[in-house]
Amino acid sequence: MSFKIFQINEEFVDVMPKEIVELQENATWGNPKRGVIDLPFHKELIEEHSLCAGCPEAAALRYIMASIPAPEDTVIVNSTGCTSLVFPHIAMHTIHSLFGNQNAVASGIKRVLEYRYPDRTKDVIVLAGDGATVDIGLDCTLQSFFRQERITTICFDNEVYANTGGQESGMTPKGHVFKMAPKGKQFEKVPMWQIAIDSGCHYVARLTVSSPKRVESVIKKAVYVAREVGPTYIHLYTPCILEIGLNSDQGLEEMRSKDKERFEFFEYVSPAAAEIIEKRKAEGLL
Amino acid sequence: MAKLGPMGFSPYPAAVKEGVLNPPEGKALLFDEMVDEEIAMKKAARAMLTRENPTIFPGPQVLYAWSEDAKKKAKLIKELADVFGAKIIPMYDYRPKYPKINPEVEINPNHPNLTIWHNNIKACIFVGVHCHYANVALKIIRAETDCFTIALCSMEGHEDAMITLRDQHPSELEKFIEIAKEVKRELDK
Repeated sequence: MSFKIFQINEEFVDVMPKEIVELQENATWGNPKRGVIDLPFHKELIEEHSLCAGCPEAAALRYIMASIPAPEDTVIVNSTGCTSLVFPHIAMHTIHSLFGNQNAVASGIKRVLEYRYPDRTKDVIVLAGDGATVDIGLDCTLQSFFRQERITTICFDNEVYANTGGQESGMTPKGHVFKMAPKGKQFEKVPMWQIAIDSGCHYVARLTVSSPKRVESVIKKAVYVAREVGPTYIHLYTPCILEIGLNSDQGLEEMRSKDKERFEFFEYVSPAAAEIIEKRKAEGLL
Repeated sequence: MAKLGPMGFSPYPAAVKEGVLNPPEGKALLFDEMVDEEIAMKKAARAMLTRENPTIFPGPQVLYAWSEDAKKKAKLIKELADVFGAKIIPMYDYRPKYPKINPEVEINPNHPNLTIWHNNIKACIFVGVHCHYANVALKIIRAETDCFTIALCSMEGHEDAMITLRDQHPSELEKFIEIAKEVKRELDK
């Protein structure tokens, strides 16, 4: 894997579609200082996506793809859900795993990459919804934390099983009613960020995607800490505007309102992680 | 299996089910027949020179400059396209594209028939497409179109193509170009 794989042979430049030529000429490969600031000026790694208009997940994915420090050396493992509709359209290595076992698959990939490329840094990032991370996949998620796998896990929490019609999930707040959960949630929202800390994650963050710069900051910290210390976990609020009855232009407003409530920015940094973060800051990478 | 087309669903899901296997080293596959490489090259050249809208579909292994071999092959494929007067439509990656591909300028292994239908391609060459995706695409093309498919494979070949040339490296491509020029002269084109 190398960003050389995107260098088009000169004989074929004239027959390649414009967006593929732009990936070579104007995407931010090989630059660890890449970030959301590049979004208006450089080619994005997401070409198009099939999410609903105004979906906050789409914004989250764009910010994450723009922030990953070394996309040419990163593998993303994802799981079934709305996010999995996007992965076929991104210019990165992605693997779609069975529902819930994404952290187990990522653990294997990380170990093989370390064995196969001992001289190169390879990042493995898990990106899955709350159902895959917390409900059905909780076992695999936590076991990877216990084993101190050096992977980053990002949970897109929309607090509901959205693309199957609106069933409640473990992340649904108590009392919330959805189309397929008419009685309302009977128990509290699972505090996954706290469970991640207790299970051995070295960097944990909980936030909405209302602030692109903040998303960039936590993604970079999580990846750098996972590279050298151990598992990291990011919990992102990406509301399903359809399931909570909002219009396509109201996603940002919804996230901003939750910035002050149950998704108030929270960050945990272990002492070992703090050392790495300081080091990267000194290098100008954070 | 050894039939060309017709359009519509193929009654044969895979050539291998009909007992058609890839050729051994030094040989080529012409429909379900093992033949010498030169014979297959001549037939392939004739198909590309006589059928409508001949097209070369280069895959990622030759489209991108990831190795010296890939750079050499790119030059040779371009030369081959000039000899055949063929169009080049790239299969630059294998992602299912949303909302749909532009069949005028690209081909995708998930629905290669769209590009073939749109451009009315009656003969094509697959080169530099990774094994699995070439196999999928060639099956779909055989099932859904009347296009004559030729696989220039750097490994063991693809039994679902009508002509399979295996172990095709730069030296073999040079040989194919020479044969193509010869056939072109014979056809007085």
